[in-house]
Amino acid sequence: MMVEVNNINKTYNEGEITAVNNVSFAVDKGEIFGLIGPDGAGKTSIFRILTTLLLPDSGSARVDDLDVVKDYQEIRRRVGYMPGKFSLYQDLTVEENLRFFATVFNTTLEENYHLIEDIYQQIAPFKTRRAGKLSGGMKQKLALCCALIHRPQVLFLDEPTTGVDVVSRKEFWEMLRKLKQQNISILVSTPYMDEADLCDRIALMQNGSIMSIDTPANIVESFPKNLYAAKAGDIYTLLKQLQGDEVVESCFAFGEALHLTFKSDQDADNTVKRIVAEQQLDDLEISRITPTIEDSFIRLMRENATETETDGK
Amino acid sequence: MSKHFGDFKAVDRITFDVNEGEIFGFLGANGAGKTTAMRILCGLSFPTSGQAKVAGYDVYRQQEKIKKHIGYMSQKFSLYDNLTILENIEFYGGIYGISRGEIRQRGDALVKTLGLDKEAKKLVGSLPLGWKQKLAFSVAIFHRPRIVFLDEPTGGVDPITRRQFWDMIYQAANEGITVFVTTHYMDEAEYCNRVTVMVDGRVEALDTPARLKRQFQSDSMDGVFYQLARKAKRTSD
Repeated sequence: MMVEVNNINKTYNEGEITAVNNVSFAVDKGEIFGLIGPDGAGKTSIFRILTTLLLPDSGSARVDDLDVVKDYQEIRRRVGYMPGKFSLYQDLTVEENLRFFATVFNTTLEENYHLIEDIYQQIAPFKTRRAGKLSGGMKQKLALCCALIHRPQVLFLDEPTTGVDVVSRKEFWEMLRKLKQQNISILVSTPYMDEADLCDRIALMQNGSIMSIDTPANIVESFPKNLYAAKAGDIYTLLKQLQGDEVVESCFAFGEALHLTFKSDQDADNTVKRIVAEQQLDDLEISRITPTIEDSFIRLMRENATETETDGK
Repeated sequence: MSKHFGDFKAVDRITFDVNEGEIFGFLGANGAGKTTAMRILCGLSFPTSGQAKVAGYDVYRQQEKIKKHIGYMSQKFSLYDNLTILENIEFYGGIYGISRGEIRQRGDALVKTLGLDKEAKKLVGSLPLGWKQKLAFSVAIFHRPRIVFLDEPTGGVDPITRRQFWDMIYQAANEGITVFVTTHYMDEAEYCNRVTVMVDGRVEALDTPARLKRQFQSDSMDGVFYQLARKAKRTSD
């Protein structure tokens, strides 16, 4: 195991805020492991504990078989960390930043160039430009190069694609797939549920706790109910009506369709027929579909909800 | 409308209309010119050439009028963390010239609708992010603007709150407030009445999500966006 986390807890403000609540997971060699969840889920605290920048209140964690508290100096040599906030030197050029990070880790740009070649080629035309003057997508690529230049065993990427457009996001995940082939283990976090499918395994996180850990396929497979998609011209009216229907357990908007589950899946075909007949919308279509990670996430959130606020009805 | 910075055409001859009460999605790759265009429409910067009117007011001559009649909210610019919910409402209401009596009355009603009665006197900083964003939206339309500009309002928010947020957007639109919204979540593009996609400073597509999907032969807005934004030359800059 490249990363092992055992019952980690972390609170702030003298215990007032629980950031990480009894979290355990492990990341294999060459695995892409995703922490999926919104802001405040505890993702960044976990990253900071594993990169030895923050001490846990309790629990233990090992990175490359080293203890995050006792062996912090050695861990820092072996990991690459790309924080959520851009933290390269804005006044240094692209190339200067890279050389700086290589020197700090006692290596050279040339020695490990093969590791970053694919990514660096995309920013090489701007190598004399100051990092502060780069676009978001370019900064992200440079930050990844700087995190890789000392040939780390594990890469920690904290929300590398947040606020980045769809095209750059796709390119970034393409790069991660190539790094995986070099047997580098990657722990990556994201608030975008559609990126979960690109990970080998994921942990769905909310309010400091892990709600579920598995492969994306298994998480989707364990969705306990039939899931239906409803489409109609006036989707907002349909949403309100279905949320008010007593046989409906949950109903949420998903792009152009509504995703819904029924309280009981017995006789579901007739329930669908009854709803279609009652709604009297000539363009209404309801069909059974396979859930997405986001469907599973919402379901787990509802099951775990203690606050009445997160009720989908 | 165009906006140039030296030789750089941040916004390059864009043309569109937004109807009253419409939910208008304003999409584009990073660096496509969305923020520059939005700043002009919010009365914060002048175009280099072309014409534009917001809520009937001219972007060159009537910037202050524009500011009075629009609402604005972004993921970053939110509320004051060290003021309470009621104090934030009072502050923003006061800035827009609403009387104290009316602020109190409507503020109480708002807090009730949001289900935040018990938290009304708590500091905003202590609220979970999802509640903050819902409150920020309510405050942005507290002075009943003609149009509200939302700049990535749901970034980083959990999937249930994201949907509750869109419920509020629909409700505002039903009450006649025009909604101008940017987002990186392509499923949210589907919730808009019409969507524009900006590429390299130009409006490359403008239509309903259904028609855009047909035009680009894609089953999702994700696919439409990808086809358009991939052609961008500027993202590599």
